[in-house]
Amino acid sequence: MNGVHDMGGLQNFGPVRIEKNEPVFHAEWERRVFAMYEAIDGDWPSGAGRYQRELMPPAEYLRASYYERWLRSLSELLVKSGMVTRTELETGIATGGNTMGRKVLRAAEVRPAIAAGYPAARNVPAVAKFHGGEHVRARNINSAGHTRLPRYVRGKRGTIARDHGVFIFNDSLVQGLGEKPQHVYSVRFAARELWGSDASPSDSVYVDLWDDHLEPA
Amino acid sequence: MTTTRRELLATALTAAGAAVTPGLADAEAHDHGAGADHQDVPSDPALRTKALESVLVARGLVDRAALDTLVEVYEHEIGPRNGARVVARAWVDEAYRRRLLADGTAAIRELGYGGEESEHLVVVENTDRVHNLVVCTLCSCYPWALLGLPPVWYKSAAYRSRVVIDPRGVLRELGLEVPADTEVRVWDSTAEVRYLVLPQRPAGAKKLSEAELASLVTRDAMIGAARLTLSHEAVRT
Repeated sequence: MNGVHDMGGLQNFGPVRIEKNEPVFHAEWERRVFAMYEAIDGDWPSGAGRYQRELMPPAEYLRASYYERWLRSLSELLVKSGMVTRTELETGIATGGNTMGRKVLRAAEVRPAIAAGYPAARNVPAVAKFHGGEHVRARNINSAGHTRLPRYVRGKRGTIARDHGVFIFNDSLVQGLGEKPQHVYSVRFAARELWGSDASPSDSVYVDLWDDHLEPA
Repeated sequence: MTTTRRELLATALTAAGAAVTPGLADAEAHDHGAGADHQDVPSDPALRTKALESVLVARGLVDRAALDTLVEVYEHEIGPRNGARVVARAWVDEAYRRRLLADGTAAIRELGYGGEESEHLVVVENTDRVHNLVVCTLCSCYPWALLGLPPVWYKSAAYRSRVVIDPRGVLRELGLEVPADTEVRVWDSTAEVRYLVLPQRPAGAKKLSEAELASLVTRDAMIGAARLTLSHEAVRT
């Protein structure tokens, strides 16, 4: 979706301010939102939380802090999937019964789950459409759904710098259309190709893109 | 949370539908700063979070002890010291450095690192000729297992928007002047691959032990947003 979350190349957001000795969390509620988001086994496809954040109205997305976005997206997904009701979220009082038969993450399982992670590479045969050094063009596609193809590279010419291997395709997965595993490449775009002749001639941006995002150039 | 604040929020609620304040973009960059009380959201996230947790616990959808453990791990156990250890090892062990640059995932696994948000890792090396810088323009992707959770500035609109179009300007503001003949490479983490910058070893650090070297390595240097220097303390040792 051409949302405001896709902000590469936008201007006028002000200077980057690095907070000295920044704490991991800035408030107790941030800790709890982070942990709930991590712990819950939701009835939604992997990555749906991120797409839900992208669906926030643009002005709200920009006004909200990071964990505020997490809180809103988690709440929305829980209601949409029928796991809790909006009234429950408003009152804090559970009216539905204890959800039986669902796998709930236990404290002893947390560290092993983090150590295992959620690998996105897939050991399935998939023919690489492109190879190192090959010139490619990022396709000019404007999906209304979740996409990992940022606007600032669409239609631009780049070079395959590295083949990362075969991965699940988030653009497909988030829409419930399956993993559709395919090659992911690091594609090098010259700064001048992206931003014109005022950009530094030696600089470049490397973007990770899937086979479906690319066409021969 | 004071009563006054709640009243203010209640008042804000009525106007929230229409009131979109122009020029307020990038709340994340300053809503934890000096004006921490200034928050333009229609209800209090702390209260909504409490309500959400109560419901999820009562419904048996989350286990409170598991939530506590998740916070404990990411607040106290996983952080930039992990990445610093990887960097120091690469500085003292040339064979390890080569393995790290060839296959980051396997090389960090040797030191016991990997897992969530670092399942697939690529390490890029800063040299006199190349300066690397990592961003996630679409979201907040970041190598958690090596650096912990990302800082606010990394997730801010200011950084995400600008670093791909004006990396040298961003670095200059952060106190890092990149010479014109040094190539700047910005890595936009759009997929499930995470990136770590192997910073340049500070000049004069030759005599330090691996542990001492690790203590010099900062989070921001491993993102590419800072250059490492020897602290006075390190120079003395």
